[in-house]
Amino acid sequence: MDATIKEAILQKVRDRLGNDLHLVYEEYAYPLLRINQEVLHDTCRFFKEELHFSYLNDVFATDRFTSEDRFEVIYHLISLREQQRFFLKVYVDEENPVLPTVTDLWNSANWNEREVYDMFGIRFDGHPDLRRIFLPEDFKYFPLRKEFPLLGVPGSIELPSSTPDHD
Amino acid sequence: MDPITSKKRPTFFPEHQEAIYKSLEDKHATVEVDQSDPLSTRMTLNMGPQHPATHGVLRVLMELDGEAITKCRLDTGYLHRGIEKMAENKTYQEFMPYTDRMDYLSPYSNNVALCLAVERIANIESPEKANYIRMICNELARISSHLLWLGTMVMDAGAVSFFIWTFREREKIYDIFDEVAGHRFTVSHSRIGGVNNDLTPVAVEKIKKFVREFPDELKGWHKLLDRNRIFVDRNADVGAIGHEEAIAAGLTGPALRATGIAYDIRKFDPYLHYDQIDFEVPTRTEGDNLARYYCRMEEMSESIRIIEQCFKKMPTKGPIRVDDAKKSYPSKDEVYYSMEGLIHDFMMTDTGVCPPAGAEAYHAIEAPKGELGFYIQSDGTGHPWRLKINSPSFSNLQGLETILDGEMVADTVVIIGGMDPVMGDSDK
Repeated sequence: MDATIKEAILQKVRDRLGNDLHLVYEEYAYPLLRINQEVLHDTCRFFKEELHFSYLNDVFATDRFTSEDRFEVIYHLISLREQQRFFLKVYVDEENPVLPTVTDLWNSANWNEREVYDMFGIRFDGHPDLRRIFLPEDFKYFPLRKEFPLLGVPGSIELPSSTPDHD
Repeated sequence: MDPITSKKRPTFFPEHQEAIYKSLEDKHATVEVDQSDPLSTRMTLNMGPQHPATHGVLRVLMELDGEAITKCRLDTGYLHRGIEKMAENKTYQEFMPYTDRMDYLSPYSNNVALCLAVERIANIESPEKANYIRMICNELARISSHLLWLGTMVMDAGAVSFFIWTFREREKIYDIFDEVAGHRFTVSHSRIGGVNNDLTPVAVEKIKKFVREFPDELKGWHKLLDRNRIFVDRNADVGAIGHEEAIAAGLTGPALRATGIAYDIRKFDPYLHYDQIDFEVPTRTEGDNLARYYCRMEEMSESIRIIEQCFKKMPTKGPIRVDDAKKSYPSKDEVYYSMEGLIHDFMMTDTGVCPPAGAEAYHAIEAPKGELGFYIQSDGTGHPWRLKINSPSFSNLQGLETILDGEMVADTVVIIGGMDPVMGDSDK
């Protein structure tokens, strides 16, 4: 990780985003930028097409458990040319947790966004196939939200019968 | 007669079944369903979840046209244990044995990955000797994981005795881990701020013996497989993917390097002391199953080189764990013979390290299957507020969905074997 290249990229991002860039946090090796939700898709496109972040490594969410802007979704981007890792994050409100999908930019976002949906209930607008990925479709809860109990909701889902194809 | 709907549908998790079948139909909207199909060559095939070649509980749904796969869907989650949720309710050190159960074919890498992430967020510097021990064991874990891949992949291609030979070598690595950590399989040897115990002279001798003898074994396998007509025909041009597609699909590890992209975190962003070691990152350009085979085989001999250099550079004496009771466990000698040691041991187990509130950090290592990263958010307590695991098998399996389209159904088994997924790693 070259510090001068990192600074150069950061400067480009600052110029481009202006007031939409809220926070730059680079205490632990990699810069973490918080941006406005409205410019998320444009910024991702900017990162991919102009800053050469062609590799989307991961998309994940966290539950901040506050009354407003409850969730945050973090995009982990890698530039193979500049050897840099950047993290972009946006806050998502609990009332209507919807974000635009980035699967049109990076195919690899597909499963990661499904995982975020499965675990936190954040929906992605324009995702080609937004299904649950780990849990069955019949499951009504989002287990990584903080209010979901560690031992699960009793009786939340019936176990499969031991003879599935028997009527 | 409608071929899909007339069959008896499974009755468990009905909505899940409906959704996955629907998505299989939706995937390529342009594919027209062939109504004039008198021989009914079009069918939907369910492979798994318990197929012996799926290397765990992976279910593959394929829509076939004769023997070719027109589109496929992977259904994961059969091994989902909610590891991230458990992490939020454990201290960092308590969570470490759980990581053994993720990629259970190379537990040592997972331990080290977690410890490094925690050390980064809590500002702990583990001593040099511990780092070299971690590197040696990490490379042994890589060889061990690749050996299992080699055995099962060649077995999927039809050769059974090979599986026994790779397992004989794996058995030696188990013996080494037994000597190093006291466990053969789920080692849990790494600690936050170092490792649990030093390498014993017997362990050093065993590792050195393995390092001496293994290259000959590897040479023999190269001789057997490289020009083997059946093996090459089974693997060349099978499951091929280009480098652009591979990046787009988010492949990682040897599967990505087999397409020509030298993305190896040991070089990309060196951790431990990998920047002081001389080694190469094997790449291929074909991106098919044979290329993945060559990449992994060469990686094994590079691992041997790394271990040899580690032994040369490792200090003979020195601490193997940070000597700070607020950051790491005290040694068992202190615990048994001093009151402070006992208290510190209790405090570490009960509360553990407390990274600063509001801090967030990410650390990744090059695990045998690819990038294994831990992202931690702290709220200032001994439990992580959020711990996200970025696991290589998950990324690789997603790429598998792209790779399988257009392949032959008989090759599915070899391609899954060549990607080397571990479901414990993917489902988390």
